[in-house]
Amino acid sequence: MSETITKISSNKPIYVDDDPQDELITLNIGPTHPATHGVFQNVVQMDGERIVSGVSTIGYIHRAFEKIAEHRPFYQITPLTDRLNYCSSPINNMGWHMTVEKLLNIEIPKRVQYMRVIVMELARIADHIICNGILGVDTGAFSGFLYVMQEREFIYEIYEEICGARLTTNIGRIGGFERDFNEVAFAKIEEFLKRFPPVLKEFEEMFTRNRIFIERTSGVAAVTPEEALSYSWSGPILRATGIDYDVRIVDPYCSYEEFDFEIPVGTNGDVYDRFMVRNEEMWQSLRIIEQALEKISKEPKGVFHADVPEFYLPPKEQVYTNMEALIFHFKIVMGEWDTPQSEVYHAVEGANGELGFYLIHDGGRTPYRLHFRRPSFINYQMFAPMSSGMLLSDAILNMSSLNVIAGELDA
Amino acid sequence: MDKLNNQILLNHLVEKFGDQIQNIGEPHGLLTIETSKDSIIEVLQYLKQDAYLKMNFLTDITAVHYPNQPKAFAVVYHVHAMVYNVRLRIKVFIDGENPSIPTATTVYNGANWMERETYDFFGIQFEGHPDLRRILNMDELDVFPMRREYPLEDPNRIDKKDFYFGR
Repeated sequence: MSETITKISSNKPIYVDDDPQDELITLNIGPTHPATHGVFQNVVQMDGERIVSGVSTIGYIHRAFEKIAEHRPFYQITPLTDRLNYCSSPINNMGWHMTVEKLLNIEIPKRVQYMRVIVMELARIADHIICNGILGVDTGAFSGFLYVMQEREFIYEIYEEICGARLTTNIGRIGGFERDFNEVAFAKIEEFLKRFPPVLKEFEEMFTRNRIFIERTSGVAAVTPEEALSYSWSGPILRATGIDYDVRIVDPYCSYEEFDFEIPVGTNGDVYDRFMVRNEEMWQSLRIIEQALEKISKEPKGVFHADVPEFYLPPKEQVYTNMEALIFHFKIVMGEWDTPQSEVYHAVEGANGELGFYLIHDGGRTPYRLHFRRPSFINYQMFAPMSSGMLLSDAILNMSSLNVIAGELDA
Repeated sequence: MDKLNNQILLNHLVEKFGDQIQNIGEPHGLLTIETSKDSIIEVLQYLKQDAYLKMNFLTDITAVHYPNQPKAFAVVYHVHAMVYNVRLRIKVFIDGENPSIPTATTVYNGANWMERETYDFFGIQFEGHPDLRRILNMDELDVFPMRREYPLEDPNRIDKKDFYFGR
């Protein structure tokens, strides 16, 4: 009983000495504060407007994906990966498919790889739109967010055309896609390439040379490359500090080595640089999509999956008429595949950084162990230490620019 | 100096640490070594601070539970030399009863939450960790849920037993 009382009384403001000027205030930001854009809590000690120290509490939407994954066959894990970074779920899906394909040594046809590149780059754009738009909102400029949000909606329409879903996409299968991109999908991708650049340009013009925006973001939460590396940062926020680490370049997957694009880097590692890096990455993604469309037009039509009948579900109409197809269908669904015992680490460049899948397989129907290296989780741990001494309003901007997605944070 | 590759890296490690290092293999091109609990921090320090190897990036720390082995837990480190783009996987097998291992936060700041997560799910004590608390699960939880003995579903359920599928 006495312990409870001390606990409660310790929540009272702490008086350092008798001077009320020195009083520290405990402030709860979250778990459901609108400025955090996600479900996580920070308890900060405030001295006036400045943060003295902070403690991050996470795990509010932890769903035990790693445990669930130990009890699911490979193809049932794809919907789990959707829910990691739900702003760019196709990247997670593709990353997972590629991990399994690496384990099973499946060779993917070029056309399918380019299709995957298109989907992943669209997802990257959708994710960066959100992050940069929200950053604008947090600095007080709401309209930019609304302008680009329309384009995200259009990207979701393209997803819908490709796979039928919009947010938690579950795009593709192990070995390729479940169906070919239809005419409408290609038409929409081309339309997107035409309509997005002017919008992005307008968005850029609203922010990049905007004095209010620059003064609010420039020099805020600047991180040195050494600090960023020692905290294992990756993705746009690492590149904003000046390190050109991008998994698409260093460990190319899906034939990224054939594409001509640049890795934008910043110099100061502050919020402004992160904004600019993300902005430039969207332009580069557009370039990649253009090239991918061109490459697809040179490939034989109609190829949308690898020829691996033992891992890729046969077409449904054959299952009802063809005995071999029925056998394969049954074997795949029941998890009777012949799989090698091995371990794989496969990383893709997610929208927030290096998204890694560490898969240990013992030859059974389900993974023995699956670990997600989630960039948001690893990037976010520096938030509380780097916030001390910062203005509260700057800390909010910092949090937005880290682009912490609660689903990826908590897995 | 040559560009670093798996063979050169392994030679360096064996030269420096001798029989403290066991080569497990190269699954899918990623060099995997095993070392002991006592030398893991020295190995990590050497990898990070050596002027040639420059393995400055800690990609990931996690653990695996093998309940049937005498050393029931494997702590797995992934480190990355960005300059040469060489990755290395280091495994440390530790005892199942009161598993403990020295903390890597002394080498990499980023190890902090990775180790907290590993502690949270496997109950591995990272000795010397500045703030070893649960991170994703609730504080009141008194088990370590990623250990193999904790079932995901109702353990009394029999409709998913292999027997019914002729296996």
